[in-house]
Amino acid sequence: MRLRLEKRLEPSRTMLVMTPVLSVIAIMILGIIIFDGLGYDGPQAVWELFFTPVLDVYKWRDVASKAAPLIIIALGLLLGNQAKIWNIGAEGQYILGAIGAAGVAFATQSMTGFWIIPLMIIVGMVLGAIYAAVPAVLRTRYGVSEVLSSLMFVYVSLQLLSYLITGPWKDPDGHNFPQTAQLTEAQLLPHEVWDSGIPPGLVVALFGSIIFFIIVSRTVFGFSIRAIGEAPHAARYGGFSSNGIVWATLMISGAMAGLAGVLELMQLTRLNLGYPSGYGFTAIIVSLLGRSHPVGVFIAGIVLAITYVGGQVAQTVVHVPNATAGLFQALLLFAILASDLLVRYRIRISVSSSTNMGQRS
Amino acid sequence: MSATPRLELIDVSKRFPGVLANDRVSLSVKPGEIHALLGENGAGKSTLVKMIYGIQAPDSGSILWEGEEVRIAHPRAARRLGVGMVFQHFSLFEAMDVLENIALGLDGAVSRKQLDAEIRLVMEKYGLKLDPRRQISTLSVGERQRIEIVRALLLNPRLLIMDEPTSVLTPQEVQDLFKTLRRLASDGCSILYISHKLHEIVELCERATILRGGKVVATCDPRQETARSMGEMMIGSDLRDPARGQVSVEGPVRLSVRDLSLQKPDDFGVALEHISFQVKGGEIFGIAGVAGNGQNELLEALCGEHSADLHTTIQVDGAPVGRSGPAGRRKLGLCSVPEERNGHAAIGAFSLSDNAILTARSRMGFENQGFIHKAAADEFAANVIKTFAVKTLGPEALANSLSGGNLQKYVMGREIMQSPGVLVVSQPTWGVDAGSAAFIHQALIDLAAQGSAIVVISQDLDELLRLCDRLSVINLGKLSTPRPVGDVSVQELGLLMGGSHATPANSAGGIHAA
Repeated sequence: MRLRLEKRLEPSRTMLVMTPVLSVIAIMILGIIIFDGLGYDGPQAVWELFFTPVLDVYKWRDVASKAAPLIIIALGLLLGNQAKIWNIGAEGQYILGAIGAAGVAFATQSMTGFWIIPLMIIVGMVLGAIYAAVPAVLRTRYGVSEVLSSLMFVYVSLQLLSYLITGPWKDPDGHNFPQTAQLTEAQLLPHEVWDSGIPPGLVVALFGSIIFFIIVSRTVFGFSIRAIGEAPHAARYGGFSSNGIVWATLMISGAMAGLAGVLELMQLTRLNLGYPSGYGFTAIIVSLLGRSHPVGVFIAGIVLAITYVGGQVAQTVVHVPNATAGLFQALLLFAILASDLLVRYRIRISVSSSTNMGQRS
Repeated sequence: MSATPRLELIDVSKRFPGVLANDRVSLSVKPGEIHALLGENGAGKSTLVKMIYGIQAPDSGSILWEGEEVRIAHPRAARRLGVGMVFQHFSLFEAMDVLENIALGLDGAVSRKQLDAEIRLVMEKYGLKLDPRRQISTLSVGERQRIEIVRALLLNPRLLIMDEPTSVLTPQEVQDLFKTLRRLASDGCSILYISHKLHEIVELCERATILRGGKVVATCDPRQETARSMGEMMIGSDLRDPARGQVSVEGPVRLSVRDLSLQKPDDFGVALEHISFQVKGGEIFGIAGVAGNGQNELLEALCGEHSADLHTTIQVDGAPVGRSGPAGRRKLGLCSVPEERNGHAAIGAFSLSDNAILTARSRMGFENQGFIHKAAADEFAANVIKTFAVKTLGPEALANSLSGGNLQKYVMGREIMQSPGVLVVSQPTWGVDAGSAAFIHQALIDLAAQGSAIVVISQDLDELLRLCDRLSVINLGKLSTPRPVGDVSVQELGLLMGGSHATPANSAGGIHAA
C-alpha cells in the first residue's frame, strides 16, 4: 500500500476554502506538541493564543484594532497576488504613509478644519503609492524582480523614519526621546465609531472589502488582473498590458498600505521608533490565508489579529516567549503554502499488487 | 513471419473521472506490420498508446507481447520489452547538441564515442541524415524529429509508436520519413502509426484500427479503402466537404501590410523582414511554411501583440493600426486566433464565458464603463457553443476541461461570431479531427462569403490548397510573392518551404570537421 498524488480534473473549490481552516487547525496541534516539548503547558498556551481573545469580550477591541491595518494592507496585496506580482514591501509603504500624514500634521499644527484629516489620508496614500511605484519602474524598465526591490525599500524607509524622528521632526518638548510631537485634536479620528467600541480602521476595512470585492468580481480591471496572473501571453492577446498591471497593482497596494499607516498613526497619535510593527509583512500572510479573496482576507485578518493579541495573553499567563505569535504566524504561512497541494491534487491510497489485470471476461 | 502477433490487446479498458476513454479495445499488430490507429480527437488513441508505453495502467483487460501476457508498469519497462515511441511534441534541449540530447534520453550510461558510433550506424542503416554534433537550435523541425526517431531506434525496438509524426514536415520530408519507416518494417519492426491524415495512411499502412468514442468501430486494410471511406468510419457519418463556390474576389482591400519588419523577440524567435501583402474582402489568403519560420511572430505582429514601427504599416479598411494594441485593432474589426490554444488563445483556468470576455468584450458589448456584463458574456458563450457544436457542459466549464479539438472550435467560433472585417488565424485545424476540421473550414468560407478578409497561416498544405485563393510561403521570416492557388504545384511550394533546410545533409560533413 502506498500514497499517491493524483492530479484533479479541476482545482477543488471545497479544498480552496477548507485548506486555510485545516491549516489553522494543523498549527494548533503542532503548537501543542512544540510547547509541550519545550516544557510549557502546550494545550493551555494554544488555548490562550487562539481562544482567549475570542471568548474574552475585553480583548475584542484589541483584536479589532490589530485586524484593521492587516485587512486594509492585505486588500491591496490581493490584487498583486492574483496577477502574480508580489509586493513584499508593504511595510515600507505603510511607513511612508505615516510619514506623509505626519508631514501634513506638522504643516497644519496650528490650524483647525475638517479638511486636515482627509488631506492627511490623501497625502499618506499618495506617498505609499509613489513608494511602491519605484519597484514598478525597476520591474517594467529594467526587469528587476519586484520581490527583491520592494523588500529592500522597506529598509530604506526604516532609515528615513529613524532619521526624521531623531532629527528634523523630533519633539522639542520630548526630553530628547526619539519621537515626534503629538498630533492635535483636528488631526485625529475618534478612537471608536459612535461609541460602539469599533475602531474607525475596521469600518474602513469593511468598506474596503466590499469595494475590492466589486473590483475583483465585476470589473474589466479585476478580470485583466486574473488574466495576467493565469496566462500572461493570453492576457496580452486579449489586449491587456502587463506593464500597466504591474504599475496598477503595485501602486494600489502601496496606497492601501499608506492608508493603513495613516490610520495607525491616528491611533498611536505620534511617530516613534516602535511604530513599524511588521503589519506590512503579516498582511502578506493574511492575503494568502484569505485566498486573495476580499471576504477571505477580512476573515484571515481577524484570525491573524487574534494570534497577535493571544500571543500577548499567552506570554503573561503561560510565560511563553514574546516571539510566540510570530512563530505561529510563520507556521501558518508554511501550512497554507504546503496545503495548496490539496487544491490541485488528491491523495490516493493504492494497493500495489496488480489490481484486476489479467482478468478475462 | 510468425503467426504470433507482436502486440495484442484484449478488451483493454481505461476510465478517467467522468469519461470511459477506452472501452474493451482489442487490437493486434503483426511483426513487420505498419498498423494505423485512427480516430477523432478524444476517441481514445492517446490513452491506448500511453498504456502500451507504460505511462498509464489499464483498469482491465490484458496486454500480450509476443503471445505472453505482460504488465507494463512504466516507460522503462516498455523500452526493455522493445517498445519505442516518438512523441508528437519533442523533448529536446535547445542549447545542447544532438548527441547530448540522445544521451539524456537513454536509460543507461554510454560513452560519448561509443554513442556517436552507434548513432551513425543506425542513421546509415535507415537513411537518416543528421550530424550528431549540431546544436538543436540550428535544426529544422524535420531534423528534430529525426533525433527522436534515432533515439527510439538505438534501443532496437520491435514496435515503434509514431504519434502524428507528419504534422510538422514538408511534403519532401514526409516522403523521406515513409522510406525510413518502410525499411524498418521490412527489418521486422512493427509500427503503430497514429495520424489524422487519411491519405498518408492509405499510402503507408497495411492495416488500420479505427476508434470512435473509446471503442473499436472497424478494422480495415487501408489499401482497399479510400481516405473518404475511412474518414466516414472515423466520425460515424458522412463527411461534408467544405463547399467553396467559384468566387471572384473583387472586394475592396480590407487588410494591407506594407514593409513590416520585426526584430527577434527572443533568442529562439525569428525576425520578420519586409513583409508586404494585401487581402481583399471575400478573399482567403494562405501563408504556408514549416513551423518556426516566423509564423508566430507574424501572427503576433498582425494581431497587435507586437507594434509595428509605423502606424501606417498595417491598415484595416484603410485605417492605420500599426501602433495600436490588440484591443484597438479588434475595435476596428481585426480579430485573430493564435496557434497555441491553451495559454494564448484561451486561458485554461478560466470558464468559457470568461474566455469570451477575453477577446469579445468590446465588440459584443460585455463591458460598460469598465464593468463586465456577465449575463451577456454567458449568452454569447452559449451561442458559440451551440453554433459550433462544442462538446462541453456549458459556458461555466473551464477551458482546460475541453479536448483540444473542442477548445479549438470554441476559440474559432468566438472570433468568427464577432463578425470581424479581417480574421487572421494560425493552424486553424491543428490536432482537430476531420469532422471538426471540415466544420471550421466551412465557417471560414462562410465568413469570407460575407465579405471579410481572411488570412490562414498553416503548415498543412492540403488545408491551404483547399481553402485559399492565393498563397505565400514564409521562410526564415521572409514572405514569398503571393500566387493564385491554381498556378502553383505542391512540389514548388515544398521547395519554397524547404528554403534553407532543403539540404541539411550536405552541410553536416563540414560542420563536423570543425
